[in-house]
Amino acid sequence: MTEGGALLLSLAQRTLDGLLEAGPYALVALGLTLGFGTLRRVNLAYGAGAMLGAYVGAWLYARHGVPAAGVLVVVVAVTVLAGLYVEWLCFPPERADAAGPSRGHGTIAGADGREVVALAASFALWMQLEQLAVLMLPRHLNPFPSIAVTGEWALGPLGLRPDRLAALAFALALAWGIAQALERTRGGLAWRAASDHRVAAELVGLAVPRLQRVAFLATCALAGVAACIVLAMEGQVTPMFGMWMLVKGLVAAMIGGLGSVRGAVVGAVVLGVVEAHAQAAFGAIGRDATAWALLLAVLLWRGARTWPTGAAASHA
Amino acid sequence: MRDAFCVADGGVGLATDVVILSLLALSAWLVLRTGRISLGQQAFFGIGAYAAGIATTLAHWPLAPALAAGMATGALASAGVALATARLGGLHYAVATLAFAELTRLGLLTWRLRVREPDGSWVGPDGVDGFRDIRWLLENQVTPERFLAMGLAVLAVVLVGLVWLGRTRAGAAMAAVGHDDGLAAASGLPVLRLRVAAAALAGALAALGGGLHAHRLTFIDPNAYDPMLGVHAVGYALIGGLATPIGPLLGAAFDMFLLETSKLFGDWRMVVFGGLVAVFLRVRPRGLLDEAFVHRLAAAWRRAFPPTSSRTTHVHP
Repeated sequence: MTEGGALLLSLAQRTLDGLLEAGPYALVALGLTLGFGTLRRVNLAYGAGAMLGAYVGAWLYARHGVPAAGVLVVVVAVTVLAGLYVEWLCFPPERADAAGPSRGHGTIAGADGREVVALAASFALWMQLEQLAVLMLPRHLNPFPSIAVTGEWALGPLGLRPDRLAALAFALALAWGIAQALERTRGGLAWRAASDHRVAAELVGLAVPRLQRVAFLATCALAGVAACIVLAMEGQVTPMFGMWMLVKGLVAAMIGGLGSVRGAVVGAVVLGVVEAHAQAAFGAIGRDATAWALLLAVLLWRGARTWPTGAAASHA
Repeated sequence: MRDAFCVADGGVGLATDVVILSLLALSAWLVLRTGRISLGQQAFFGIGAYAAGIATTLAHWPLAPALAAGMATGALASAGVALATARLGGLHYAVATLAFAELTRLGLLTWRLRVREPDGSWVGPDGVDGFRDIRWLLENQVTPERFLAMGLAVLAVVLVGLVWLGRTRAGAAMAAVGHDDGLAAASGLPVLRLRVAAAALAGALAALGGGLHAHRLTFIDPNAYDPMLGVHAVGYALIGGLATPIGPLLGAAFDMFLLETSKLFGDWRMVVFGGLVAVFLRVRPRGLLDEAFVHRLAAAWRRAFPPTSSRTTHVHP
């Protein structure tokens, strides 16, 4: 093979690897884009809640031999419970007399007093949940029911891991399903109405606080499912997982535009491919730096074009 | 963050760390006062640490001008970031500052500036190995006690400056921008200029803390400037209260003295602290020393010690 051909081939292989990496990123970004973007619930404990769920699952799996399906149920259930706890502490129902420093609910550009406080409070809970998980299983590596397939499929000269492909397919299907549900069902309509204009939604008779709580818990369940799939491919869970989930999900969701389901998938693909090439070109530090630089560039570019009026403009 | 601080050398070292963290918390507080939340103040802390360290080790400056150079660098960087992110708010601003801070940390991890000293040793930032041998304190026989006194003096000057700033028109304008930037702009305040000025000041304060930290440890590792550090700074400001510059100090002192040193909770310390902060923020969203509480304190003070030149028509409630 010629030198140029080999270069092209390695370039293609890297792009393929990056594309497959988009599966986990998209899974993680979906719950985040819905929770942060459409519900405006900036929950920094998003990854930590899923990590606590994963740790409980890993604990049951390692100590009590609970089968994989049971672990999946437990992880999702614990993640939702953690979400309920975060919701209760960080997002109290809004009272008319406690509207904060005279800001309407519709502002997204100006820092909302409540948003700042929720950010800080959910961060504190992140630390708490993460520490709880570590206290339960103090070792750095903990086994998780594995679906990893070590063999590779050959796609011509390129290698392809079937489990990664399955995860990507699942992520795409999930994103499509969520987009359909948001656009086509009455529940999705109510969800969009509550996030577009809270007061108007209340006026047409929607129970907005309850709706938002249910929707928030749904995003937490989504986080639990995402954690299960990502960890099942790794076959293990480490204390870094909560941070990984939040950062990668946030970067992917923000590249695509927070609040947009399709954007989360696009962002995940962009992030995966760019990271794969940056890893080859600049090494591990360069990979992380490129991801952050990409995020910063997207934020500044969007800011310069004035942020679209709320995530409302770009659901699904 | 936990590795860089809480060095277990008892009272003086811990007190110095509280002073340094207070400066960082004040920096986060200044940004919070203008209505933004920054998760990236650790970047300016790191920039200040590197700049001041380079000034004393490579340029052989005394400590005071080195710290001033660090502050100038931090202020410039922070003003630049504030200008670039002028149109971002809320979560987007927070994430943009976080991205900048992570880029700074990763950049410092790859930065090498090795210079050969006359005695044959190499000094300067050394990539992932950090920046060693910032030995100004040792070379000038500054004891930890004296360094703590210096730090306290610096902190006192900063506090007096911030209180004074709060009483000027510019300080009031900054607070107005924080409460409602639309309203502030409508009443003719230069919102962008005020935000950039506050950010520059915040960057300078963080850099000052970083410079002190670098010289106290003699060895700095860019990985110490991780998001945990910046978020703790914001947490201190929010717990302590946003109304006065005393708030962030309270927050830092509360965390470091009460929880870090007490072995009461053992491994459960972070579980207790995290829960406490969340519960606390739910009850008091603007911290312990919020505006209402400060006003009530001031009123109580005036009642107890009525000003001598009070007008005759003054009616006590």
